Amino acid sequence: MTVKALVGDNLSCRRGFNLLFEGLAVSAAGGRALVVVGPNGAGKSSLLRILAGLLAPTAGTVRLDGGGESVGEHLHYLGHEDAVKGALTVAANLAFWRTVLGGGGLEVEEALEEVGLGGLGRLRAQVLSAGQKRRLAIARLLVAKRPVWVLDEPTTALDVKAQARFAAFGRAHLAAGGLLIAATHAPLDLGETDELWLGGRP
Amino acid sequence: MIAAFLAIVRRDLALSLGAGGGAGLGVVFFLSVVTVVPFAVGPDLVLLARIGPAILWIGALLASLIGLERLFASDAEDGSLDALTLSALPLELTAAAKGLAHWLATGLPLVLAAPVLALMLNLEPAAIGAVVLTLLVGTPAVTFLGLIGAAFAGAFRRGGLLIAVLVIPLTIPVLIFAVSATQAAVVGPVPFGTPFRVLAGLALFALVLGPVAAAAALRAARA
Repeated sequence: MTVKALVGDNLSCRRGFNLLFEGLAVSAAGGRALVVVGPNGAGKSSLLRILAGLLAPTAGTVRLDGGGESVGEHLHYLGHEDAVKGALTVAANLAFWRTVLGGGGLEVEEALEEVGLGGLGRLRAQVLSAGQKRRLAIARLLVAKRPVWVLDEPTTALDVKAQARFAAFGRAHLAAGGLLIAATHAPLDLGETDELWLGGRP
Repeated sequence: MIAAFLAIVRRDLALSLGAGGGAGLGVVFFLSVVTVVPFAVGPDLVLLARIGPAILWIGALLASLIGLERLFASDAEDGSLDALTLSALPLELTAAAKGLAHWLATGLPLVLAAPVLALMLNLEPAAIGAVVLTLLVGTPAVTFLGLIGAAFAGAFRRGGLLIAVLVIPLTIPVLIFAVSATQAAVVGPVPFGTPFRVLAGLALFALVLGPVAAAAALRAARA
């Protein structure tokens, strides 16, 4: 099954009394990154959660062209939190997500090597720094093969080198026909990108 | 899908049995309740033997609720719940896997500790057997009904008070039939099997209702 595009029609989102956006049309196609930009509180994270199916939109629909009914099984969502359990080892954390998210990507050791955590697999994840935890979360994208990546400020806490490495993962994913939607304040260097501007509060 | 289910069970077991996981907390609480009661009731062995099964069950019921409030909350806080939601495994089975792991870590030790604690309450062998058997069947029911409260506490980020308020009323039938089955085994007049079968039915009902209701609560929180 090949996923062609993730399309959101006429999306509205209301948080409390605050209308974040209304009648928004979003479309991300394979091979071209969609970057969501806008000031803090503009609703970038809410939009991404809606696209990932983790938040119900106030109005509108989200569909996946070529992916069947279930959007969730085809996408990776990388939020602000790293979904890393400190009490487990680095390798155990990643192996868990590899099994639960369906695998099909790199092996655990390979993925750790790719994100620059090679040789740290046997450490407990609680000793990792913020940036290293972020790398471990990014490794999740590599161990389970899924066509759609929804990333909320993916390069937070990463150093310059790791940011470049992450951009390379993103470009490889796009080159293979994958979809990538990211919210960011920092330029991501993902090659050709579409930009979606979310306005601030009135 | 089975691999994902087992992976969740294994991870949750590793987390709760590992350092700071709090699996032993339930047994310690159970032990404290059962130890304190004879001092409060006084040295009346006949009375102790009569109320022993009820005390064991009250202790086990309350001990089963310990740790439930963190079951989904910890995953919700560190972002794991979002990623778990995107698994091919339905949310119901994810909830069931977490419930199973929680029971293995906190419920099963209660069942294993019960015969030892029953000796302190002057229970006769038939009553000990009956209590252990009802705990084996009844504590999974309590844990799985507790999943509902755990899901609410996790999804809506409201703490442990909710669990007691939401879950204890649901567990009352389990408590009633478990204790009456034990009493039937010792004094009659109904045979042990009658209330025990109702208890088993309640447990099966809870095993289905708990995960489904917990998943519904987690989904409702996304709106």
